[in-house]
Amino acid sequence: MSHLSERPDKPAVGVSMPHESAVLHVTGAALYTDDLVHRTKDVLHAYPVQVMKAHGRITGLRTEPALAVPGVVRVLTGADVPGVNDAGMKHDEPLFPDEVMFHGHAVAWVLGETLEAARLGAAAVEVELDELPSVVTLREAIEAESFHGARPLMTTGDVDAGFADSAHVFTGEFQFSDQEHFYLETHAALALVDEAEQVFVQSSTQHPSETQEIVAHVLGLYSHEVTVQCLRMGGGFGGKEMQPHGFAAVAALGAKLTGRPVRVRLSRTQDLTMSGKRHGFHAAWKIGFDADGRIQALDATLTADGGWSLDLSEPVVARALCHIDNTYWIPNARVAGRIAKTNKVSNTAFRGFGGPQGMLVIEDILGRCAPLLGLDPAELRKRNFYRPGLGQTTPYGQTVAQAGRIAAVWQQVEDNGTIADRTRAIAAFNAAHPHTKRALAITGVKFGISFNLTAFNQAGALVLIYKDGSVLINHGGTEMGQGLHTKMLQVAATTLGIPLHKVRLAPTRTDKVPNTSATAASSGADLNGAAVKNACEQLRARLLQVAASRLGTNAADVRITEGVARALGSETELAWDDLVRTAYFQRVQLSASGFYRTEGLHWDAKTFRGSPFKYFAYGAAAAEVEVDGFTGAYRIRRVDIVHDVGDSLSPMIDIGQVEGGFVQGAGWLTLEDLRWDTGDGPRRGRLLTQAASTYKLPSFSEMPEEFNVTLMENATEEGAVYGSKAVGEPPLMLAFCVREALRQAAAAFGPGGASVELAAPATPEAVFWAVQAARRAGVPDKDAAGNDAAGNGHAVRGNARNGRVGADAEALSGA
Amino acid sequence: MVAARITVNGKEAPIAPAAPHTTVLDYLRERGLTGTKEGCAEGECGACSVLVARPGVHKPTDWVAVNACLVPVAALDGQEIVTSEGLATAGRPGTPPLLHPVQEGMAVRGGSQCGYCTPGFVCSMAAEYYRPGRCARADASVGHTAEHGPNGFDLHALSGNLCRCTGYRPIRDAAFAVGMPVEDDPLARRREQAPPRPVATEYTQGGSTFVRKETLSETLELLRELPDAVLVAGSTDWGVEVNIRSRRADCVIALDRLAELRELRVESHCLEIGAALTLTEIERRLDGRVPLLAELFPQFASRLIRNSATLGGNLGTGSPIGDSPPVLLALEASVVLVDADGEREVPLADYFTGYRQSVRRPGELIRAVRIPLPLARVTAFHKIAKRRFDDISSVAVAFALDLEDGIVRKARIGLGGVAATPIRAFAAEAALEGRAWSAETVEAAARLLRAEGTPMSDHRASAGYRSAMLGQSLLKLYAQTTEAVSS
Repeated sequence: MSHLSERPDKPAVGVSMPHESAVLHVTGAALYTDDLVHRTKDVLHAYPVQVMKAHGRITGLRTEPALAVPGVVRVLTGADVPGVNDAGMKHDEPLFPDEVMFHGHAVAWVLGETLEAARLGAAAVEVELDELPSVVTLREAIEAESFHGARPLMTTGDVDAGFADSAHVFTGEFQFSDQEHFYLETHAALALVDEAEQVFVQSSTQHPSETQEIVAHVLGLYSHEVTVQCLRMGGGFGGKEMQPHGFAAVAALGAKLTGRPVRVRLSRTQDLTMSGKRHGFHAAWKIGFDADGRIQALDATLTADGGWSLDLSEPVVARALCHIDNTYWIPNARVAGRIAKTNKVSNTAFRGFGGPQGMLVIEDILGRCAPLLGLDPAELRKRNFYRPGLGQTTPYGQTVAQAGRIAAVWQQVEDNGTIADRTRAIAAFNAAHPHTKRALAITGVKFGISFNLTAFNQAGALVLIYKDGSVLINHGGTEMGQGLHTKMLQVAATTLGIPLHKVRLAPTRTDKVPNTSATAASSGADLNGAAVKNACEQLRARLLQVAASRLGTNAADVRITEGVARALGSETELAWDDLVRTAYFQRVQLSASGFYRTEGLHWDAKTFRGSPFKYFAYGAAAAEVEVDGFTGAYRIRRVDIVHDVGDSLSPMIDIGQVEGGFVQGAGWLTLEDLRWDTGDGPRRGRLLTQAASTYKLPSFSEMPEEFNVTLMENATEEGAVYGSKAVGEPPLMLAFCVREALRQAAAAFGPGGASVELAAPATPEAVFWAVQAARRAGVPDKDAAGNDAAGNGHAVRGNARNGRVGADAEALSGA
Repeated sequence: MVAARITVNGKEAPIAPAAPHTTVLDYLRERGLTGTKEGCAEGECGACSVLVARPGVHKPTDWVAVNACLVPVAALDGQEIVTSEGLATAGRPGTPPLLHPVQEGMAVRGGSQCGYCTPGFVCSMAAEYYRPGRCARADASVGHTAEHGPNGFDLHALSGNLCRCTGYRPIRDAAFAVGMPVEDDPLARRREQAPPRPVATEYTQGGSTFVRKETLSETLELLRELPDAVLVAGSTDWGVEVNIRSRRADCVIALDRLAELRELRVESHCLEIGAALTLTEIERRLDGRVPLLAELFPQFASRLIRNSATLGGNLGTGSPIGDSPPVLLALEASVVLVDADGEREVPLADYFTGYRQSVRRPGELIRAVRIPLPLARVTAFHKIAKRRFDDISSVAVAFALDLEDGIVRKARIGLGGVAATPIRAFAAEAALEGRAWSAETVEAAARLLRAEGTPMSDHRASAGYRSAMLGQSLLKLYAQTTEAVSS
């Protein structure tokens, strides 16, 4: 067992406990960034001047009318920026743009004594625009070859030979939807300037260090002149990894120029129309199978809708390519990635970070091809699993460690879910119900953990022990509800050997731990946990020396457990508080900064090869759905999940991540439906679903009626802190089973054996068209044209001929 | 007139200097009670849920959860509310607060992750906790469904609360595990006393005014003087206009507590429902007497909205996709309009004249809705939407049929979401009436239904799907009636 993964006796990690802030949450006492406004005097409120055109060059910006509005204090424009007018890391994201790049782009900000005054001021600002042609949909971008950023190509084996060896070759297309983060707390920042001109920004950010960096370069300051703090976020999901920087910079600029605190808080509609989302993708693919259904070759081109600026689109596409294999061995592959440049918000990180998009492509392919191969979809998937002991590598060249877990979690799902019995029961139900069909599908997950970019895989911590024995920990990670702080408290208590109540956690601030990475890529606990552990180990080593001298033994023979130090084989006890006080009087340093860098990673972005991931997280899920054939409406009757979190640091937290990720994934795949005005009218490029009333998240009605989550047992991960594994993102992709079950239920309305294509998201309408198509598959020679589906261009189309399928699937969104 | 005041968590405070359009949410946050959160500002997410003491259906007072983001604080002049901060009891100095049972359940079961939606969930859950009709089942294994707990907890109480983190399972577990209030629970005891009386209010700030008169006649007199004043009951529509479309009004007149608009009368030939009764009050007071309404209510927005929204408001805004008009059209309801000169009754089928327009004249308001009795025996409401809880209809179809000896004696079909106004499906009705309730008749009528109105394609659904669903609804109803007979 590795030093990193080994747990001491009676560890605080592994204990099931609620979120460390749970009591504050339920009483409303927990503070979020915008709650601080009401505790701060003389705050100015900032309101954006959004231009409601998809693309155009600004030829005039008149702010005087705004200044005439009572209560308006100042209007911020590009001319006010003392440093660099850029809100991103790629220098393609002007904070105050000269060119409107998407419908709703903010070109100036109005500061007012009240939000109402700022709003009226923003409405009074006059903007003149030379409108320019716009690219709104992925299809338009592909046709116009409007791309930006890197064009990675991932190759392995000999693709042409693979196709030549294939008994069945299918081709198809698939376009699927973007997704709004819809963190319940919208973007918010509150900036103050102190007597020494130090800028202090409270920001709802997953990446305080980068927010600090952007604020500093916008203001023309050094990083040590800017401090960013994040108390907690009301949800992040990746949407606050890159996007908060500009809003924080606006608040900081306003505070610097006026000397007063400035608050930026987006309304829901502002947040929806100004901030980036999960990338929607288009995929064109060709796949070859041998006579037994084993994948021989895959040739695919993935195009991500990047929006107007690059943001994180390049690493998102890289991760999509790195996950197109999911749990399946693809010996010969050629997969290209590209980023469409469109006149839309700048799409960004979202739980899974391209991984879900890559995996959705292969799961969709298998779901469509299984009937054409004459195979049960579960059987097709199982036949293609990576196998342990064969040295199989991913298409980018990393050996798949623990490949046996793919089949192991799947088997456990089959057992826990009594899949065989229920499959028979479903067949009987379907035979007896002409208007209602049920189906059950299982899908698996393999997700690589670590930032693709090796440099980000580092973290720091600062642990302080006070004379009274109380402990305060600081680390670089942010809390967005994922329970990172809870886990960090457990890690610190475990390493120091003290009860949890002795440890407290300080808010995340850039002046405590510098140069941190984003709390992202599921890596928060792995990286910060190892850094906290490292700091605590330094302190423990010093305290063991002190204890050894007091207990008359060697430091190597002292154990601190539950707040008491003992020598091995001795009854003599030394209480933690006494130990700490003794150390203080012996002038032993009681603070330590910890550091961690993930070992053994390498990645060559140019050749697209390497071992970018420390390990893989595995999981499998089964979903049973029921579809109403009259309307396409459906329910998720039951879900069974087995997920691999290594040895859990905090089981209640981890189960919460699995359940929440699953439902969020199911939302993306079935319900959440971003729509944009793609017509040529005056509102071209406008987001049509810009409120909670039109963009629907999963509610109680989408929760599986029966929901069983099991964590894989005896799953120690040698390469991570206390044997655990990352959990934030991987469970989102367990939700593929819901979409596959809907596909199979739709098929059950037809004669069977037909390939069913299903739009993503699979809304009731999309399922209805799939049901209609499946029914028509039972009526040969009937002209498919003229039916409702084709007439509206809303359904997916395909036809099988001579063992080949020419498919043109287009999601409703953006169509 | 006494200055406007509101009681929050047991402490009374002036409403000034809030503007007349200031919501309860903003008022609370301004006062430092930041537990109540804004997630959407349009009554969709429930992060702003608070408890209001209202006239009770089964006890003198009900604790009712509402969206604080929609209600102007001036509308709660003289009223009492409780927020998440007020549910916990302060512990001794230096010790944590004593949690309310629903807070305890949410905390220990992992019901919060980011915690932002949590105070709202807690308030919605507390309202259901105190619902007088809620009772634990003697046998916990019976009647326990995905939406109804063994403790009588109706999950629809949380249908207006969104959580983006948990996936809801631990919240459901917490809801289904709460017990009954103990005897000395202060909020349970408060139910036994009379609710706060409605208070005549004339609240003016910055040139705009919020007015609540004590009687209908005073209200009508004012309305004659100010025919352009905005009329509000639960403010569930006006609140969205204020927050999302930044509308402001010189004068807003509140109708929700006028006794004349809050009667529910059952007479031999008709049922009269006061226009200012909330949908929750109608639902609980009718208690299933009108099956078509009973089928409608759980599908109408969320419990948080139904606790404020009224039939008068739903008809008054004239939305073509409001869910009550199709049902009321199928029930052949009429609208009782009143102004300072008197009353008139207009059949609902003649009420709507165009997109958000009606025969209601300036100075007139809706006093009641009349539903003729006896009711049709076969009724159904089919709401087609993306989400089952709390969504806006793509189309809504209501059926009221009289079947006798296998013959359709009478058919009334109301449709929403297919035209500029809610409409009756006259052609399909005619194709059904006098004919055998058979697959053939139904197929023919379904074809006519599909051709009704002029459905459009938008972000909710395509025109093709909307048309298809009109016909499918009738086919589904037929399948349900015939399968029920055969089983």
